[in-house]
Amino acid sequence: MTAANPAVPLLEARALSFHRQDEPVFAPLDFELCAGELALIEGDNGSGKTTLLRMLAGLLHLSAGELYWRGEPLQRDDCAGEILFLGHQLGLKADLSPRENLRIAAGLHGCRDGASVASALNAIGLRGYEDEPVRRLSAGQKKRAALARLLLLPASLWLLDEPYANLDRIGIALVNDLLETHTAAGGAALVTSHGTVSFHGGEPRHIRMHA
Amino acid sequence: MSHPSLATACSAMLRRDLTLAWRRRGDIAMPVLYALIVTMLFPFALGPEDTLLQRIAGGVVLVTVLLAMLLALDAMFASDIEDGSLEQLVLAPQPLALMLGMKILAHWITTALPLIVIAPLMAAMLHLPGAVIPVLLLALLLATPLLSLLGAVLVALTAGTRRSGMLLALMLLPLCVPAVIFAAGAVAAAQQGLPWLAPVSWLGAALVLAVVLAPLACAAALRIALDA
Amino acid sequence: MSNWIPLWLHKLGSPPTFYRFAGALQPWAMTLALLLGAVALYGGLVLAPADYQQGDAYRIIFIHVPSAWMSMFIYAVMGVAGFIALVWRIKLAEVVAMESAPIGAAFTFITLVTGSLWGKPMWGTWWTWDARLTSELVLLFLFLGVIGLYHAFEDRRQGARAAAFLAIIGIINVPIVHFSVNWWNTLHQGSTVNVFGQSKMSWDMLWPLLTMTLATKFYYAASLFRRVRTDLLALEGGKDWVRRIAEDEVDR
Repeated sequence: MTAANPAVPLLEARALSFHRQDEPVFAPLDFELCAGELALIEGDNGSGKTTLLRMLAGLLHLSAGELYWRGEPLQRDDCAGEILFLGHQLGLKADLSPRENLRIAAGLHGCRDGASVASALNAIGLRGYEDEPVRRLSAGQKKRAALARLLLLPASLWLLDEPYANLDRIGIALVNDLLETHTAAGGAALVTSHGTVSFHGGEPRHIRMHA
Repeated sequence: MSHPSLATACSAMLRRDLTLAWRRRGDIAMPVLYALIVTMLFPFALGPEDTLLQRIAGGVVLVTVLLAMLLALDAMFASDIEDGSLEQLVLAPQPLALMLGMKILAHWITTALPLIVIAPLMAAMLHLPGAVIPVLLLALLLATPLLSLLGAVLVALTAGTRRSGMLLALMLLPLCVPAVIFAAGAVAAAQQGLPWLAPVSWLGAALVLAVVLAPLACAAALRIALDA
Repeated sequence: MSNWIPLWLHKLGSPPTFYRFAGALQPWAMTLALLLGAVALYGGLVLAPADYQQGDAYRIIFIHVPSAWMSMFIYAVMGVAGFIALVWRIKLAEVVAMESAPIGAAFTFITLVTGSLWGKPMWGTWWTWDARLTSELVLLFLFLGVIGLYHAFEDRRQGARAAAFLAIIGIINVPIVHFSVNWWNTLHQGSTVNVFGQSKMSWDMLWPLLTMTLATKFYYAASLFRRVRTDLLALEGGKDWVRRIAEDEVDR
């Protein structure tokens, strides 16, 4: 599935590191990610996987190193809306239904061509729960409601923090399918997970993190 | 790939916060009840003399509204930080300051507006002359958004901390002194039959300044609060 | 863009450099502060003549006025350091801003206490709600807010940035408060000391006042240097230069 290496990687990190209280959270990282590629970020608990994703998303300030977006030094304005981050906190309002939550997301980020809130919810397996408040959904269903954003929003780079957590076997297969279609369409994704991932679309790149 | 227009994003944001407030409409009533109870305590504490109550009525209503708003301020970003929707908002391809402006507007509509609606009742409890009430309402209409805007900046600054309402009060107090002075000044002037346009104009000027600057400051403060 | 500003600041703001620099200057600043303070007190309390209106009560200005100036001066330092900390993320600037706050709060507190001690014989009341007193009180709350916000964060550097932001908001706020309270009510006597223009104060009274102002400046510097040094050691605990200092201390 890995597309032929185009000249310019989508995202490139050079000597990237993050310091908390002046202690480096992880050893300096170098990697590049091309369009159509999937990278698994591996590391033990506390090795800084989440920190790395939050930093790439633009929530944390780089302590050292550089980031390049399509070959240019990364400016947050250039890649606004191109990066989709899904963290531990799902970003769903518990008092709103999945449908309402997705409508807001679409209102802020825009919609993928041909995608709609209803079709995204269908595809993610939440049919029949569209109008139930998120508060009343199970943990796995909440996760699915958050993952529906991946189907709906336009973004070329996905940053997924533990996307498999709380999901049943069907859900895990669903995430793998999502990743496969996304990379096949020229998107890229960075995924953290400490479970084993059975990814059908060829061998993903591995980024190993050391504390 | 095209981002949704600003108007779409703004209305999505505003509708979201208003819907959320409506789903928990019991919370909207709390500041209102609080304000009524505090106002009721004044005659008990000071005695029911008309002249005394009349003299302090304007100030009491203003300070009570301020305290009631302070009570509700803490919640402005708390739940959004907890469930991660603030992260999503920060990462959205929209000007963050404008989106926060919408949040502040929604917060003002759900907390300050009900207080303004019952302000005439509070004023009547303290025997404020009816002729002064329009000036009181005008002063509140200008001063409460000012407080919402300033409060939002401070709440954003404390967003990364362990919740602490006292700290918020300590930080807000110096900022709200001018608003209280001018709003109360307008009411007092109207009560004495003096021209009250000057303090109201100052309030208006401060509000215009805050509308422009506060959302920007709020966005900067939130980025600091999330950056750890 | 003007890259030399951050570069220059980074060089000057390197913690080990500043640690040595502050360590060398701190005793001198403290000595000068004590010396000048003693001279100023002698000049103000003994040599200067009594005021023809206020008698001896006016002598409190030799403490009150320099403290008031210092409270504003330190706030300005805190604001500027905070600005540098926010824009260029320089650790030393964060530390300077945050360690200035308690010293500034102390000076503000002294100003308020001496002011009310002075007010009692002069206006017959401990406190009056005039513009300058109220602004000073608001300044105290701003200092306390900055200190409180700084300590509310788990991450000290993040806390410093947030508190620096608050300090900058305060800089905009203080003139507005002053103006609004002025509009509201003014009882205070007009300003009598003007360094640049014709002073209405006699030289016998002026020189102790100016000397005391210098003494407080040196005291601030000495106190700040001491606090910043301690803070830098704590913040940079894991770094080599701190380890070397610790080893030297053990050897002694």
